[in-house]
Amino acid sequence: MSQAEAVRTSTAQAQAVRTPSVLWTFGLLRNEMWTTFRRWRTLALLGVLAAVPILVGIAVKIETGDRSGPGGGGGGAGPAFISQITNNGLFLVFTALAATLPFFLPMAIGVIAGDSIAGEANAGTLRYLLVAPAGRTRLLLTKYATVLAFCLLATLVVAVSALTVGALLFPLGDLTTISGTQISFAEGLGRALLIALAVAASLVGMAALGLFVSTLTSSGIAAMATTVGLLITIQILDQIPQLHAIQPYFFSHYWLSFADLMREPIYWDDLVKNLGLQALYAAVFGSAAWARFTTKDIAS
Amino acid sequence: MAPIETDDSTTAAEVDDLRAARRRKAARYVVPVAVIGVAAATIGLVPALADSGDPDLPKVSAQELIEKIAASDVEQLSGTVKISTDLGLPDLGGLESSLTSGAMDSGDGGSSADPSAKLTELATGTHTLRVAADGPDKQKLSLLESGSEYSVIHDGKDVWGYDSKSNEVYHSTTSDSGSDSGKAEKGQDVPATPKDMAEEALKAVDDTTSVTVDGTAQVAGRDAYRLVIKPKASGSTVGQITVAVDSKTGLPLKFTLTPASGGAAVIDAGFTQVSFAKPAASTFDFTPPKGAKVTEGETIEKGAHGEHGEHDGSASGKPEEDLGKGLDGLKVIGEGWNSVATFDTGGEGMPSGSEVGGDMGGFLDSLGDKVTGKFGSGTVFSTRLVNALMTDDGKVYVGAVTKDALVKAANAG
Repeated sequence: MSQAEAVRTSTAQAQAVRTPSVLWTFGLLRNEMWTTFRRWRTLALLGVLAAVPILVGIAVKIETGDRSGPGGGGGGAGPAFISQITNNGLFLVFTALAATLPFFLPMAIGVIAGDSIAGEANAGTLRYLLVAPAGRTRLLLTKYATVLAFCLLATLVVAVSALTVGALLFPLGDLTTISGTQISFAEGLGRALLIALAVAASLVGMAALGLFVSTLTSSGIAAMATTVGLLITIQILDQIPQLHAIQPYFFSHYWLSFADLMREPIYWDDLVKNLGLQALYAAVFGSAAWARFTTKDIAS
Repeated sequence: MAPIETDDSTTAAEVDDLRAARRRKAARYVVPVAVIGVAAATIGLVPALADSGDPDLPKVSAQELIEKIAASDVEQLSGTVKISTDLGLPDLGGLESSLTSGAMDSGDGGSSADPSAKLTELATGTHTLRVAADGPDKQKLSLLESGSEYSVIHDGKDVWGYDSKSNEVYHSTTSDSGSDSGKAEKGQDVPATPKDMAEEALKAVDDTTSVTVDGTAQVAGRDAYRLVIKPKASGSTVGQITVAVDSKTGLPLKFTLTPASGGAAVIDAGFTQVSFAKPAASTFDFTPPKGAKVTEGETIEKGAHGEHGEHDGSASGKPEEDLGKGLDGLKVIGEGWNSVATFDTGGEGMPSGSEVGGDMGGFLDSLGDKVTGKFGSGTVFSTRLVNALMTDDGKVYVGAVTKDALVKAANAG
């Protein structure tokens, strides 16, 4: 009798756990995001990212303030689109993204992703997280979703900061695509949003890589350093012409393809390649992280 | 006895459990490995599968195909052209570049008085171009660069060049005499349309050349015939020229020049995507962006000149001028593929060493091979396609021929 009762209670418990599982996952995700985004470190990273467009904007303003002539005297040096900023503040969004994408953005992602699992292990909180009836796979997915949300947030922070600075310092209006055709300001804003999304999507592979590295160690700092180190290594290797045969498989190789969204008509080849590559990195390193995280002994 | 037995059995079971667990753990790593495997297979196999199907087309003779090219009257198209050039640079001057600019214009739907030195970048490496054309009055050619684009837009009587990187605009009108002559000159100098270009290649067709139709190919998703043009005699550095001709419209879609020495193609220019629908009218609309630096008319002529100057990348402007002067006395020795152009620079010896001066002179010297013959002695500058012999008394022999053939020509001349 008592045995049957016990069985019934345990089934009931199991049901109680299972039925609200979707909500539960969202709760976990919300909790996770809240913890991540509330951290001073995260806020500092976002602050740095927001500062980049401000610096670029002010620098361009001062530079062109000295001369009466139009910008573009730079002879096309510097990040893409920089010569058009003085004529249209919207271009500051593209310039800021082009300036932050090679290093600032992925570095921030590397810090957040590298810290996601290893940081918990380091602080000794990982085992408590696993006590919750969430399962390791779900916890890992939640962690990854949080990192992806950070990718999007970080990109939008740069874009919004750049748009604000651009609107304050420079005129806005219809803009010329790099193919020489005119588009309205509204369409330009749409393109800017698309570009922000493309940039955020470019970081998906990097995020999965960071998550995988994070499952390998229980030192948060080591994971962050490894991820950022890998980023720098890949960026350097991508510059070496002798390696051109393998360069198309580096996660950073097609990052600047977002500029193709400013062509008319949009040139999709590299954008699609970039998305495919990011999906591949996410699949490979995501599943590697899963294989590692679901089988490793959690001691702390 | 009995307890020991049970102990043994439990230990064995535990070991089994552990092994199973370990196997289960290892099995999880199969997932990422499988993902990599599937990706590698997809990357490796899909192009192979896509390539395998050469289209089945009715047989045509080379003559019919040539007529088809001649009859082609494609006026509306838009597409993407990929050009790879591997000349084995450092290059010598405008000589190969005029060849490559011919290749460059292959994708161009019409004759645009292009104003820019920019396009000479095409002389090396791989580039992506976009072309659009709507009748004889509206054409656009864009050179896609990382994060920027260089466009030449011909819309009615306006010709615009726009460099988005430096935000600079060149403008000219076709009623403008400078631009007119520029255009005419262009028309004579370089084959401008794919049709012109194929015709240019076919002009060389005489008894020294074999022209055959070599099967079919898929280019940019369209069925095409492969026309192969080959020099019969040895001595030319040109191995063969392959032109893929669209089976429906007769438009040449791909142009490949393979050197006789083998290896990668020297010029490989072809559509990766093409559409014969009318391009959107807005494609050809151009208004200079606010704040852009606009350069008018005659600068285009200068630009065209500058283009010539830029051709010789490594060398300075001076030898180029010498070459320009020398071109007046241009003579052609031989015929067909083995023809060698010769002219007198009027100077003493090569315009390298002292004239160019210093390090550059030494650099120029290091590029060449010293040769001697009945003509005296000189230096041969080689690329994968064009060789040039500069004798010490200031004569220059240039041709798409081997070094030996050059020396022979110099001996005879």
